[in-house]
Amino acid sequence: MASLKDLKNRIASVKATQKITKAMQMVAAAKLRRAQEAAEAARPYALRMTAVLENLAVGVAGRDGAPQLLVGTGRDHVHLLVVCTAERGLCGGFNAQIARLAREHIRKLLAAGKTVKIVTVGKKGADSLRRDYGHLIVDRIELRGVKSVGFDHASSVQSKVMQLYAAGEFDVCTLFYSRFQSVISQIPTAARLIPAELPVREASSAALYEYEPGEPEILEDLLPRAIAMQIFTALLENAASEQGARMSAMDNATRNAGDMIKKLSLEYNRTRQAMITKELIEIISGAEAL
Amino acid sequence: MAGPFKFELVSPERLLLSEQVVQVDLPGTDGDFGILEGHSPFISTLRPGVATITMPGGAVQKIFVRGGLAEVSATGLTVLAEKAMPLSDLKADEIAAEIRNAEEDVTDAASESARQAAALRLAQMKDLAGALKAA
Repeated sequence: MASLKDLKNRIASVKATQKITKAMQMVAAAKLRRAQEAAEAARPYALRMTAVLENLAVGVAGRDGAPQLLVGTGRDHVHLLVVCTAERGLCGGFNAQIARLAREHIRKLLAAGKTVKIVTVGKKGADSLRRDYGHLIVDRIELRGVKSVGFDHASSVQSKVMQLYAAGEFDVCTLFYSRFQSVISQIPTAARLIPAELPVREASSAALYEYEPGEPEILEDLLPRAIAMQIFTALLENAASEQGARMSAMDNATRNAGDMIKKLSLEYNRTRQAMITKELIEIISGAEAL
Repeated sequence: MAGPFKFELVSPERLLLSEQVVQVDLPGTDGDFGILEGHSPFISTLRPGVATITMPGGAVQKIFVRGGLAEVSATGLTVLAEKAMPLSDLKADEIAAEIRNAEEDVTDAASESARQAAALRLAQMKDLAGALKAA
């Protein structure tokens, strides 16, 4: 049986751990609120952007000379996967879930004989994909030390993707991130970036706009921006998801630590009482023997 | 005088302005234009420049916008700008930073078309800096 001193030490150490997890949970809760606000604030822009794009796409799609970003290269041989994860761990299954979804996709694509290239955003995704598919990673972007994701970060990811696209490095680009549903549920999601995925709408529903300069020019200007926006939205959702996941993971950890403390204290008290009883028996039987 | 209409200025990070205004002058890619109430549906890209907003009552607000798009629909005017800030907050060194950025883009551009686009942006930024100095 463990000695009293050992038990005492263990209780103290579990208590210290509990304090840390509790603090992390509260920090995550505060950060989550901020992340949610940021995601909320980005919504109007994204909505308007999609609305304008839809209107434009209806007019341009199907016509010759439509921008490549919209219709793709016409092939789907080389796939680029942009995998967005967190910079830090200790957030439950958050990073693992995204990596798993990406891994499934990679397996399917490879089985179908496609070429796969990976760009990772965030350190954790790179770490977990490196083991199996390290040779497929063409670039890693780390957002270390970034307190809150700004549009500039999304832009830098976007310009990387655009550079690869311009160089003809891939045909189809898919973005992996985690959609924030609630604190306890984040859904790993794959969204196609290039060619752009737009809901098909009837041409008649589009308002008749006057365009300056022409439609194709606007579309060409707008599509890269829309991609940046999509990445930005994904990063924001990811940030909210990460904090949500961390919050519930730390909540669990705090509770587990509490359980453990209870169990250890019980054991400690039992041991203490057993020792007292033992000493009493020794004294009494010693006195009786006289 | 024309009546007020709904004007919204949105950046990716937040909704900056949502108000009833009388007139908005914007720097379009093909030239400046003004929007009054009841304008026909219209979409234009913007070059970096200054948007001048006239409030009901005649107060004027100047806002720097970069990389954007203006959309006029039946419900009002929406400006989507990658970056937007009140002109009074825009310092000379920030403009200088923007110009440096644009210059880097020109040198870094991978393809000829990208280089041309970057060069155009650079020229637009320099125009703006000149105009601001003159003002």
